[in-house]
Amino acid sequence: MKPNVIGEILSIIPQERVLTDLADRYTFSYDASFGEYLPDVVVQPHTTEEISRLVKLANREIIPVYPRGSATSLSGGPLPVKGGMVLDMSRMNQKLEIDTENMLAIVSPGVLTADIHRQAEEAGLFYPPDPSSSHVSTIGGNLLENSSGPKGLKYGTTKEYVIGLEVVTPMGDVIRTGGKTVKNVTGYDLTRLIVGSEGTLGIVTEAILRLIPKPPSRKTLLAAFDRFEDSGYAITRILSSGILPAAMELMDQACIRAVENYQPSGLPVEAEALIIIEVDGHPAAVEEEIRRCEEICRGQGANTVTVARDEKERETIWKARKMVSPAITQMGPTKISEDATVPRSQIPAMMKRLRQIADKYRLNLVVFGHAGDGNLHPNIITDKRNEEEMKRVEDAVTEIFEAAVELGGTLSGEHGIGVLKAPYMEMELGPIGLDMMKKIKEAWDPNQILNPGKIFPEPGQTRVVLRQNES
Amino acid sequence: MSPSRNNPGQTERARKLFELTYEETNQCIQCGYCLPACPTYQSMGRESASPRGRIALVKMAAEGKLDITRDLAEPIDLCLGCRACETACPVGVPYGHILEETKQVLHESVARDPLNPQQPQHKGRERLKKAVLRHLFPYPKRLRIVGRMVYLYQKSGADRLATGVLPKISEPAARFAAALPRLESPSRRYNPGDVLPPVGPKKARVAFFNGCLMDAVMYRINRLTIELLRAVGCEVVIPETQTCCGALHAHQGMKEAAEQLARANIGAFERSESDFYINNAGGCGAMLIEYDQLLGKDPAWRERARDFVSKSRDISQVLDQFGPLPFKKEWNGTITYQDSCHLRHVQKVTEEPRRLLQSVPGATFVEMADSDRCCGSGGIYNLLHYDESMKILDDKMEKAADTCAETIVTTNPGCLLQMKLGVARKGMSQTRVLHLVEVLAEACGLT
Repeated sequence: MKPNVIGEILSIIPQERVLTDLADRYTFSYDASFGEYLPDVVVQPHTTEEISRLVKLANREIIPVYPRGSATSLSGGPLPVKGGMVLDMSRMNQKLEIDTENMLAIVSPGVLTADIHRQAEEAGLFYPPDPSSSHVSTIGGNLLENSSGPKGLKYGTTKEYVIGLEVVTPMGDVIRTGGKTVKNVTGYDLTRLIVGSEGTLGIVTEAILRLIPKPPSRKTLLAAFDRFEDSGYAITRILSSGILPAAMELMDQACIRAVENYQPSGLPVEAEALIIIEVDGHPAAVEEEIRRCEEICRGQGANTVTVARDEKERETIWKARKMVSPAITQMGPTKISEDATVPRSQIPAMMKRLRQIADKYRLNLVVFGHAGDGNLHPNIITDKRNEEEMKRVEDAVTEIFEAAVELGGTLSGEHGIGVLKAPYMEMELGPIGLDMMKKIKEAWDPNQILNPGKIFPEPGQTRVVLRQNES
Repeated sequence: MSPSRNNPGQTERARKLFELTYEETNQCIQCGYCLPACPTYQSMGRESASPRGRIALVKMAAEGKLDITRDLAEPIDLCLGCRACETACPVGVPYGHILEETKQVLHESVARDPLNPQQPQHKGRERLKKAVLRHLFPYPKRLRIVGRMVYLYQKSGADRLATGVLPKISEPAARFAAALPRLESPSRRYNPGDVLPPVGPKKARVAFFNGCLMDAVMYRINRLTIELLRAVGCEVVIPETQTCCGALHAHQGMKEAAEQLARANIGAFERSESDFYINNAGGCGAMLIEYDQLLGKDPAWRERARDFVSKSRDISQVLDQFGPLPFKKEWNGTITYQDSCHLRHVQKVTEEPRRLLQSVPGATFVEMADSDRCCGSGGIYNLLHYDESMKILDDKMEKAADTCAETIVTTNPGCLLQMKLGVARKGMSQTRVLHLVEVLAEACGLT
């Protein structure tokens, strides 16, 4: 970057929000995935106007621009892989308005998703998307990655809740998409194009989110199955009996054992699967539905079924799920977290493929995930300093993607493509499908300014590389 | 470049940092769950002021990508050491340990590096700080003399005259001196070697840890602590030859000094032959219960340190266990509680102080928003980084004012002084700031 560019940035943004120290820049070189890429400068914008001017400057000088929220991405979304300028959007968090009459939230991109949950609930309303990082992640990041969490089955994913956006385009212009109405068919649905675009088509500077009435009651149960297939049948039976749970979480045996090993709490280590089911809605319906779920689980051969009687017991049940992360890190310092998603009916087949892959490559692999929507989270526990093992991890990751696509699923349910999955895009979309996407990118961002190096594979890139010396 | 123990690009200091921290910094999965828990990230708004950022910087410095003095010192210095990030961390990264090991390397850099680019006045301040830690805190008798001087100084009225002079020497120090409570006559103190009988049948024999700052200028709280312990049936021993816990030393990178103090304390308390070792300062208690980590590599002391840790308790735990307290007076008004970070995040004691306050007859207990968040005191952070600390404090006082409580309670001398200063800054002249022990003693009719 030319030295005079910093001077120009300083004419747009006050000095205390322009970070050029080596230490500061290094702390914007990573996210929660892999790799380390040092940006030339980090800017912390507060207004749409500032961002617009910065992006125009970047176009004139051909500088890559990387928007970044809280950098909780598991796919490399905000990594400044080509250097340039990081836009730290987490400071742009001034606006969080709840419009109770229209049941909307109007928010700045840097607002934490959990703060939207809190304020909506205070108004008796509910914003269902809830990625597990929602107390840390910004809404801007959630929207651009379209990450949704466990409630997708009943309530749909993030994109269903975004009805309007203010966006700075890759050329630095400011546009508004959608609006405050739930129905809107005026022209192309640019809102949905931007949501999930991983920051490659625009920088969200304000979002209008749809809220729904808060369900007044909820009930939770935990069921353990000796045979993995039985848990699959139970899930299918529950759904076909007309119950739509708010969450259906699945943990495999490796997961159960890791948790029990880490913090013994009486989980059945001989069980091949644990499922946590939560229903919500009207109190009378909730009582009836949880009872039906319990019956079905028992009927499908559940070894034990525990229904939480109060909030404390509910927390105990969810603790088993929350303990997964700390428990599996005891097995090794590096965690490769994938989110390959398959049609629900293919979950047992996918689980079988995952076990075979783990055995073939001699890897520690645990699986948990959102069983209701087929979104599995296979996690490989390894040590990134072990080059030989990392080579096997790369092969295993490749096979996981192949398995998901073969079973009619997708590379990513909610983490995004970013850097790590880009090499596999053509496998799922085919050359023409990928090319149509690329044409959109080229039309919107002719200078390749916004988040370059993401989604689309670099020429010749056909597989993921996780080894530090190879990247 | 692959980091390793023998990377030629690494300096000697980077290699040392690598040896001490690399395994632990690699445990961080960079999920960012610590960000909302970190007071300095919230107030400064940049990643280098967050736990995830600091851990990454330590790792990169160990890999030789950053210079330890030029790039690492400031972000590390600006950490409060409240360790709220450890409670938030889903994978148990030992942040406190990484911080102390890094300070150790930084401390050695300041001491040895002739090309240290720090400013001369910075160096002077550093030297004064180290001298105080080395020659004052380890010596209870010297500290008691300081306490007696403060008492006489307050009694003579000279402190009011001096309000014009002290600010010229050090503005922050003057502010804290003004916030210091009026000391009672040193003649009412209990003394090392005393053994005090319980009121009623004996339930346990406990040894009391004086602490250095508590013993020097807050000895009334120590006396009340002992009287409350007696009131619930404890025989109280005050072990002779006990000394400073070493927390300030460890936090400033003087690990060897901290280890020496730990050994002295373990010996002193073993000789007391007590069931429990009681302290009333969250920061000291956090140090005491980590003696096993501090001395973990020393085979001669490992077991003894473990035994010491298993017997260490905060005063609130013991009063909660052996209570109920013999309350004699109705409390009039509302009380709120500010956690001591080290009591909460290191000792994991959260419920006992609240239960005790809720048990005070007549008192209304109101939980403060973000009571689990640091007040900005951070040991001597508020003296070293006054402006940064005040920003955090002012935010804290907003939350305190929202509770409309007439009494703010805390459990650590540093927090106590900081909150007193906060009340003064916000002009909350009707609000009292008290140690938990003072509230309980007052309700029990102890004066």
